[in-house]
Amino acid sequence: MSTTHPWLRQAIAEARAAGDPGRLAAAVPYAQTMGISLLLAPDGPHAGELLGVMRFGEHLIGNPVLPALHGGALCALLESTAIFQLLWESALSATPRTIGLTVEYLRSGRPVDTFARGMPTRQGRRVTNVRVEAWQDDRSRPIAVASAHFLVHSDEEPAKLES
Amino acid sequence: MSDERLDAEELARLRELGQRFMRAVPHNNALGLELRAVSEGRAEIFLPYDLRLVGNPETGVLHGGAISALMDACCGAAVFQALRKPMAIATLDLRIDYLKPAAPGRGVIARAHCYKVTRHVAFVRGVAFLDSEDDPIATSAGTFMLGTRTTSRTEGAA
Repeated sequence: MSTTHPWLRQAIAEARAAGDPGRLAAAVPYAQTMGISLLLAPDGPHAGELLGVMRFGEHLIGNPVLPALHGGALCALLESTAIFQLLWESALSATPRTIGLTVEYLRSGRPVDTFARGMPTRQGRRVTNVRVEAWQDDRSRPIAVASAHFLVHSDEEPAKLES
Repeated sequence: MSDERLDAEELARLRELGQRFMRAVPHNNALGLELRAVSEGRAEIFLPYDLRLVGNPETGVLHGGAISALMDACCGAAVFQALRKPMAIATLDLRIDYLKPAAPGRGVIARAHCYKVTRHVAFVRGVAFLDSEDDPIATSAGTFMLGTRTTSRTEGAA
């Protein structure tokens, strides 16, 4: 079952202390390989909001003819952003475990930076549901959306919930 | 069109195209994906274990995102193998259920089956496992749009 991982606690604590969520993403090898990081929205109506960002790189291309981003890369950004957001904004002691996710691809991903933001739709004691959107230049035109559900347990609800 | 069987020659040609397609996709190469087997409407792809793809450095287990990308690629490859002629495809939606974590140090095998092709849409399901398809780490179901926009007259896919 989910356990508390010291490296993760440490990464969250350091990122919070530095006010830089990117340090949390940097602690995850896969996120680094993909070019997935975290930033706080600088200004505008969403200032201070935690965003996932996937910096464009040739290694993310799934269709070299168009070219377009790989569906799997977008899926990874959506899932990672939701998990990072739960870790950053909630009092979780363990890594949320993905139970499942459904990704809808709305537009082809152009070879530029892609951003993502999740909105928890239900936060239960054991399961949290999150809707995540990914966009490029225009936040009102998402290129992919996901509904994901995660097994979580909060600091207030210790191990007795876990079988 | 889907109920006509492909003859051996066509199948061999599609297999070759499938392998070329795999190698032509930068993200598949970045993950180290290997197309291991194809037959009509079916594909098997191997994701080798790689420390760069680890999600949890303490356990050494691969990140779910890498499994998702494997599933997406394998489902797309299966659709490709179900088509009478190469055409651009694009994922419409993909659902993935994670049944259990991958094991540290172990690569993951994905198998997908495109079980229905209509004029515009292909339907596919897949499974990811370590040793046996009967003990999966993830299952998936997806739909793909066929004959999507391309900027070139040659085949392409997403």
